[in-house]
Amino acid sequence: MADLRTDFVGIKSPNPFWLASAPPTDKEYNVVRAFKAGWGGVVWKTLGLDPHIVNVNGPRYGVVYGADRRVLGINNIELITDRPLEVNLREIKQVKRDWPDRAMVVSLMVPCEEWAWKEILPKVEETGADGIELNFGCPHGMSERGMGAAVGQVPKYIEMVTRWCKANTRMPVIVKLTPNITDIRHPARAAYAGGADAVSLINTVSSITSVNLDTMSPEPSIDGKGSHGGYCGPAVKPIALNMVAEIARDVETGDLPISGIGGITTWRDAAEFLSLGSGSVQVCTAAMTYGFKIIDELTRGLSDWMDEKGYASIDEVVGRAVPNVTDWQYLNLNYVTKARIDQDMCIKCGRCFAACEDTSHQAIEIKPGRVFEVIDEECVACNLCVDVCPVEDCITMEVLQPGDVDKRTGKVVEKEYANWTTHPNNPAAKAAE
Amino acid sequence: MTNSPMTPGIVPGRLPSEAYCENFADLHAPYDGHEAMVAADRCYFCYDAPCITACPTAIDIPLFIRQIQAGMPEAAAKTILEQNILGGMCARVCPTETLCEEACVREAAEGKPVEIGRLQRHATDSLMEAGVHPFERAAPTGKRVAVVGAGPAGLACAHRLSMHGHEVVVFDAKAKPGGLNEFGIASYKTVGGFAQAEVEWLLKIGGITIETGKALGDGLSLEDLKSEYDAVFLGIGLGGVNALSGEGVDKDGVGDAVEFIAALRQAKDVATLPVGRNVVVIGGGMTAVDAAVQSKLLGAENVTIVYRRGKDRMSASLFEQDLATSKGVKIVYHAQPVAVHGNGSAAEVEFEYTRDGSKSLEGTGETFRIPADQVLKAIGQTLDGAPEGLTLERGKIAVSETGRTSVEGVWAGGDCATGGDDLTVTAVAEGRDAAEDIHKSLSA
Repeated sequence: MADLRTDFVGIKSPNPFWLASAPPTDKEYNVVRAFKAGWGGVVWKTLGLDPHIVNVNGPRYGVVYGADRRVLGINNIELITDRPLEVNLREIKQVKRDWPDRAMVVSLMVPCEEWAWKEILPKVEETGADGIELNFGCPHGMSERGMGAAVGQVPKYIEMVTRWCKANTRMPVIVKLTPNITDIRHPARAAYAGGADAVSLINTVSSITSVNLDTMSPEPSIDGKGSHGGYCGPAVKPIALNMVAEIARDVETGDLPISGIGGITTWRDAAEFLSLGSGSVQVCTAAMTYGFKIIDELTRGLSDWMDEKGYASIDEVVGRAVPNVTDWQYLNLNYVTKARIDQDMCIKCGRCFAACEDTSHQAIEIKPGRVFEVIDEECVACNLCVDVCPVEDCITMEVLQPGDVDKRTGKVVEKEYANWTTHPNNPAAKAAE
Repeated sequence: MTNSPMTPGIVPGRLPSEAYCENFADLHAPYDGHEAMVAADRCYFCYDAPCITACPTAIDIPLFIRQIQAGMPEAAAKTILEQNILGGMCARVCPTETLCEEACVREAAEGKPVEIGRLQRHATDSLMEAGVHPFERAAPTGKRVAVVGAGPAGLACAHRLSMHGHEVVVFDAKAKPGGLNEFGIASYKTVGGFAQAEVEWLLKIGGITIETGKALGDGLSLEDLKSEYDAVFLGIGLGGVNALSGEGVDKDGVGDAVEFIAALRQAKDVATLPVGRNVVVIGGGMTAVDAAVQSKLLGAENVTIVYRRGKDRMSASLFEQDLATSKGVKIVYHAQPVAVHGNGSAAEVEFEYTRDGSKSLEGTGETFRIPADQVLKAIGQTLDGAPEGLTLERGKIAVSETGRTSVEGVWAGGDCATGGDDLTVTAVAEGRDAAEDIHKSLSA
C-alpha cells in the first residue's frame, strides 16, 4: 500500500491532507474532531494581536450553486480569529501535545511592523507548533488595515516580513500567497528572497458571488450592503492549479516547496496539485460543505490511485507533471487531430452541432435522421464538441499520423516536432539551423 | 356501509372512506420547487429538439425548461401556453411516454427521459396559482364566431379567436364546459376540480361567452349559426359509442365505460358509486384503462381488461398498461366477447381466443368465461349528430389541414374531425390552427 506520510519542510504528517487556515481550524474542538477523523494536519486559523478583531453579526458566506444545489464556490467576509490570542495559544499547545504525529501549523497576521512579529512569534513557538504560515492573502477586511492581501500584493513587503520572521523564529516559515495579483511569480520570488521555507497558495479570490435583484444588495448582505469577499471551492481550482504550476516551473522558485490550496474536493484534485509540484495540500471548502469525514475518501482514493500507478510514496508524485507545463510557443504545431463522433454512442442531442455551427468552425453537419458528422475540411480540432457532448467518450480526438493529409490545410502531417518559434509566420522566428 | 370488495353484485362503499381519498389522489404528485430545478437541469437543450417535433402543439420544450432552470416558471408557462392554451391539462393527461418523452434523447441514452410532463405542470400550475392570465385581446374586430363544443378543441379555438379580437360564443350540450377534460378522464389524472379551474382561467381573456345545454339538433342548427355568425367551428367530439354485439349484451350490469368515467368525475363522494365485485372491461384504449383502474380503486375485487388483439396493438400505452396491472387489474390479450351470461343480470362473460389471421383477426374456437357482475364497454366512440351537408370521411368530419370542412364558413377539429390521434393535445392543436385560419379568412 502506498505510503502517504509526508515531510513538508520538516513538518511531518501521516498524510498530505491539511485543513487550511479557516473556520474549520478555529479552535481545539474542531481540530480534535478533524484529527480523530484522520486529517494529517491543520493550519490553525489566523492569529492576530489583541485586542482581537470582531466579525460581522450577519451572514459571512455567499455561495454559487451548480445543479441540485451542489456547492461550486463559497465566498466569505469572515476575518481572522475573533478569540483572544491567549486562548488560541493555550489550545494549540494542548492539541499539539495530544496529537504529536499531526502537522500543526499556525497562521499569523499582524501589522506590517517588525515589533509586532517579534512579539507574537515567541508566543507561537512556545506552543510547540511545527511551523507558521504568514497570511498575506485575505482579500477582505484585514487588507483595508494594511494586512493580508495588502502585504501579499507588494512583493517587497512580502520579502521584508518573511525576513523578519526567519530572523525571529526557528520554526519553518510558509508564506501564503494571494491570487489577486497579475503574476504570481513575483510574490513567490519575493518570499523566496526573504528566506521562506515554502509558499502556500492560493488564498481566496476577490469576489461578489451574486446580487439580490430585489434589494439590489450584493450577497451576503449585511443590512442592505455587501462587501467583496474571498472566493474558494471547486470553482477556483483551475486558477490555483495554474498558479502552483507557474511557481513550480519558474527557474527562480523551482525548488521552493509549495503547499497547494484551492478547491480540492476529491483525491483526484489533490493528486493533480501534487503532480504540479505541491508537497502537501490544504482543504477547506470541501470540509465546510461535507464535513470532516471526506478525509476517508481523500486518503483511500489517493492511496488506491498511487498503488495502481506504482507510486510508493508522495515524493514520487510531487512535481511529476511539471515538466509537461510549457509555454504556448513550444507546443507542437505538427500535432494534428480531428474530432470523431461515435455514432453508436451518439444520442442525437445536437449540442456539438449548435456549438460548432454557432460559435466555432462550422465543421459538423447534420445528415438525415439527425446523424451528426464531422467535416474534416473544416475541423480545427478545437475540442469544443468534446467538451459540450453530454456522453463521455462519444466524441474523441483522433491523432493524424505522419504522412496523413490534414484535409483542412491540404498538408501532409509531418512527424518532426515544430513550434511557433520556428514558424514562418512568426516575425521573430529563428531559422532552425 | 358494511360492503367489502367481496360483496356480490354492483354496490357502493366497498372500501373504508379513507381509502377513497388515497386511491383517487394525484397520480403524479406535483414537483416542489427544488425537485423541478433538479428535473429541469437534466434537459440538454438539444439543437432542433426532437421533443418539440413530437409534441402535437409544438411547444418549445427546451426553452420552457430552461426558463424553469432560470427561476422563471411563470415565464415558462407562457412559452407553453402560447402554443397550447390547455397546457395545464395536457401536462396531466398527455401520454408523454409516446410523445415528447419518448423523443427525449435521454430516453434513448438511458431509458430515463426528462420528465417533461411534470415540468410542464410545474410551470403552468405556478402561473395559474398566481392567478395570472398572460394573454391580451387585440382590438375588437366586430366579427362573431360560434364554437360548438366546449371541449379542448372548442376552448382552444375560442381562446385564440378572442386573442385576435373576435367575439366568441361557445355552445355545449352538457351542463358544464370542458368536454372530455371534465367528463372523460380518470379522476386521479386531474384532481381538485382542475378542469373547471382551467376553463375559468382560460375565459379570463374575455370576449368568450359559454352557453351550456345547447347542441346541434337540440336548440342549435348549423344553418342558423352560419347565418348569425361570421364563422362556425365544430368541436363536438364523438358523442356515440360503438355497440357490443353478441348474445346477452343487454343484460343488467352491462354499460358504457364512458358513462362510468363521467359519473365518477361528477361524483361529489366516490364512495357512493356502485361498482361490481367482478368487473370486466372490454376494449384496449385509454378509456378501457381509465375505467378498469378506477373500478379497482373503487374497491372491485377482480377487474379484467379483455382486448381482442395483442399487447403491442393496444392503443393504451405501455405506461398505461403497466399502471393498470400495478393497480391489480388483469389484462387478457387476444380474446373477443361472444356472449354475456346471467339470469337477468350479467354473471359471466364468455370470450373466444383470437389470433391474427392472414387477412384479419380470427377466432380460434376456444372459449372461456370470466365472472362479471359489471361489464364496461370501451370499444370506441363514434361521431353522433353531425349536421347534414358536411362531407364525412371514415366516420368523421372531413377537414383540411387548417380545419376547413366541405362547407364554406364552417371549420371543425378535435375528435369529431379527421386527422390526428384522438388526444387532448391534438384537439388543442386543431382548435388553435382552425382559429388562425378563421382569423385569416375573416381578416381577408
